[in-house]
Amino acid sequence: MQSIAGSKSSLTWAVHISVVVMVVLWLIPTVGLFVSSFRTADQISTSGWWASLFPAEQNVVARAADPDEHRVADGSTFIVSGNLFDGEDKTISAWGTSSRAIDTYVAGDIADLGDGETITVQANGDYEWRGNDEQIAGRGQRVFATVTAPPEFTFANYDKMLFDESNVEGMAKAFFNTLTVTIPATIIPIVIAAFAAYALAWMDFPGRALLIACVVGLLVVPLQLALIPLLKLHLGIGIGKGYLGIWLAHTGFGLPLAIYLLRNYMVGLPRDIIENAKVDSATDFQIFVKIILPLSFPALASFAIFQFLWTWNDLLVAKVFLIDATGQTTVMTNQITDLLGTRGGNWEILATAAFISIAVPLAVFFAMQRYLVRGILAGSVK
Amino acid sequence: MHPALLGLVTIIIGVGACIGYFYFSNLFLDKVLFPGKGPNAGRNINRANQVRPWLFLAPAVFALGLYLGYPVIETLRLSLTDRSQDGAFVGFANYQQMLAEPKFWEAMRNNLLWLIVVPAASTAFGLLAAQLTDRIAWGNVAKSLVFMPMAISFVGASVIFKLIYDTRPEDKAQIGLLNAIWVQFEGGAMSVLFLQVLPIAIVVIFAALVAYAGYIIFRPALAGGSGISVLAARTASAALALYLIWLSLGSILGIATAELPYGEPKAWLTVPFFNNFFLMVVLIWIQTGFAMVILSAALRGIPEDTIEAAIIDGANPLQIFFKIKVPQIIPTITVVWTTITLVVLKVFDIVFAMTNGQWQTQVLANYMFDKLFRANDWGVGSASAIVIMILVSPILAWNVWNARKEMS
Repeated sequence: MQSIAGSKSSLTWAVHISVVVMVVLWLIPTVGLFVSSFRTADQISTSGWWASLFPAEQNVVARAADPDEHRVADGSTFIVSGNLFDGEDKTISAWGTSSRAIDTYVAGDIADLGDGETITVQANGDYEWRGNDEQIAGRGQRVFATVTAPPEFTFANYDKMLFDESNVEGMAKAFFNTLTVTIPATIIPIVIAAFAAYALAWMDFPGRALLIACVVGLLVVPLQLALIPLLKLHLGIGIGKGYLGIWLAHTGFGLPLAIYLLRNYMVGLPRDIIENAKVDSATDFQIFVKIILPLSFPALASFAIFQFLWTWNDLLVAKVFLIDATGQTTVMTNQITDLLGTRGGNWEILATAAFISIAVPLAVFFAMQRYLVRGILAGSVK
Repeated sequence: MHPALLGLVTIIIGVGACIGYFYFSNLFLDKVLFPGKGPNAGRNINRANQVRPWLFLAPAVFALGLYLGYPVIETLRLSLTDRSQDGAFVGFANYQQMLAEPKFWEAMRNNLLWLIVVPAASTAFGLLAAQLTDRIAWGNVAKSLVFMPMAISFVGASVIFKLIYDTRPEDKAQIGLLNAIWVQFEGGAMSVLFLQVLPIAIVVIFAALVAYAGYIIFRPALAGGSGISVLAARTASAALALYLIWLSLGSILGIATAELPYGEPKAWLTVPFFNNFFLMVVLIWIQTGFAMVILSAALRGIPEDTIEAAIIDGANPLQIFFKIKVPQIIPTITVVWTTITLVVLKVFDIVFAMTNGQWQTQVLANYMFDKLFRANDWGVGSASAIVIMILVSPILAWNVWNARKEMS
């Protein structure tokens, strides 16, 4: 904006740096969890996730191959050769042959094991172990090495949490349960709200203004109030705890915002279109289905994303209206809070479970951010 | 049956029933009840059109009434009865019992703290992010990354931050980011700078802002001439401001004289009082993006000529921001503030997942959940739900009033 006045601001760099700092601060928490979900339990408990992004120095113990099977005769001596790390990409900086002196030699040195028995280890882990018939026998020579290993990640956590049928803590069932809750709980309120919003926007009937005021008021009613009375009601009329109950609950709680958003959008549609259609003797139902609905697509999409994120991420409503004592209908958020209780320190499980539940909303978010922003701008009561 | 298939079938039934209602009820209205042909075609069409709005509205009105209207009244009734006495009317006994519980007052105190800190911090960060990203080329990328936590569930965010606050024994490597940073401090000059001078500066700035806001609000009262209720409101705000300043001065003293246990890892979520702030960070992290999106749109809506005029008059960027831009978006800031306030009043998942109200982190919504589903005390639980409703109702009234004003 300074350029308008013709002077380039010296603050530009400060602005860039501040934004970078802010973005990094906002990203780090999620990145930490994401990285952790690809590490083994062992890795997580021995170093912070940030350490895994860089090559790490570690001490390892490796053994040469079994001499009885792998030795090769070379005149009177025998040789066992191979790679200590089975070809894994690690770099040795120092090594030794005794646990008390693990950094006696550097890569490429020849270690004298006495009586002519020698072993040499290269930086990439290739070794050559020489000696006579007696020496090259029994178990393989141990090598203690200080190595620099590249970052190492694994999909094993996801395998275990998603595809391992025997894992009772797995997320697969909870994932499908969440989906079963979410999709109808997103579509049903849209359908109901779209009809209501059309009536409130374009149909004349007594009490319309009052209804609109009610909708605005209900926007902020905390759903905490609804928990006990509705649970009582559901148990009373035989719905009990289950999918039907939670769909109805989510529908009720999502309706005010849906009606508010859609009505505000529909009111802004050009009057001519609707009147022309009426002149052509279209019924309200036809106008609604054939004209209003297609034109309202942006508002429908906005609300759909809102409701999807809200129902997918919800814990309270699911705990009250869906999850019963059998635990067959647990959703992901509930599964995660359970795991937080029972597996508080097992970060490989927690991180993976959390990321499985976060992944879908994040994908939706990045794919449809435009509509989400539009919805937020229209939905905040002005 | 495979859960995915079961899910699909239930989805089709649920959604199908809903669409079916609208289709067939309209069909019924037009073809059977008031057919638009025959001798009474004209009258029938008129009648059908009188009924149709209610046909369109019926499910919505029914759901709203049943799922939001009825519970308000029913909760009010439940809060005045006792479940263990077969729902006998007990007057305000539940409220009395609740008010006598220290946990309730702890929840109220914490909620007040949340209500002050979270909307203020989210709006401030959101405004900062909106202003900064507006000018730079990669601003949209930055925005969408700051906005991203909006998509993450409170539970997911709780796991994310629990990892950051994680504590290992002193002799092990710290895997929580906060402790890893914390153990780097060893009491030297840098530690004093970051852990004492910087926080004191932040609190001083906060106190100064509160003092300024209090002065702005109270100043007209000095001139006199306004009604008694306005005067009372102004005095109350000024008193609140003075109280907040007093608290700030106290905490400055506390920070300055604190003996920080350098070098040893802390279990952050178990440090009373301060753990509230560690929980609030989670919500601030989520809500900042929301504030940023709205405020960024508002900043773009500011007429260019007001800014150009300020530049020509020689205003510096800070003056432009605080004296030209911010005053013009005050209504939007209010909207953001109230929306986040509503979220804060209902905050449940974060506290439930991270501490479950232990170590003095209880908040109203979790207190209520505790009472309803752990203690099975519907009376006190409903009473605390009513307290939340009462706290929300000023915003409700304000919203309705605004909406009516806009429509007329």
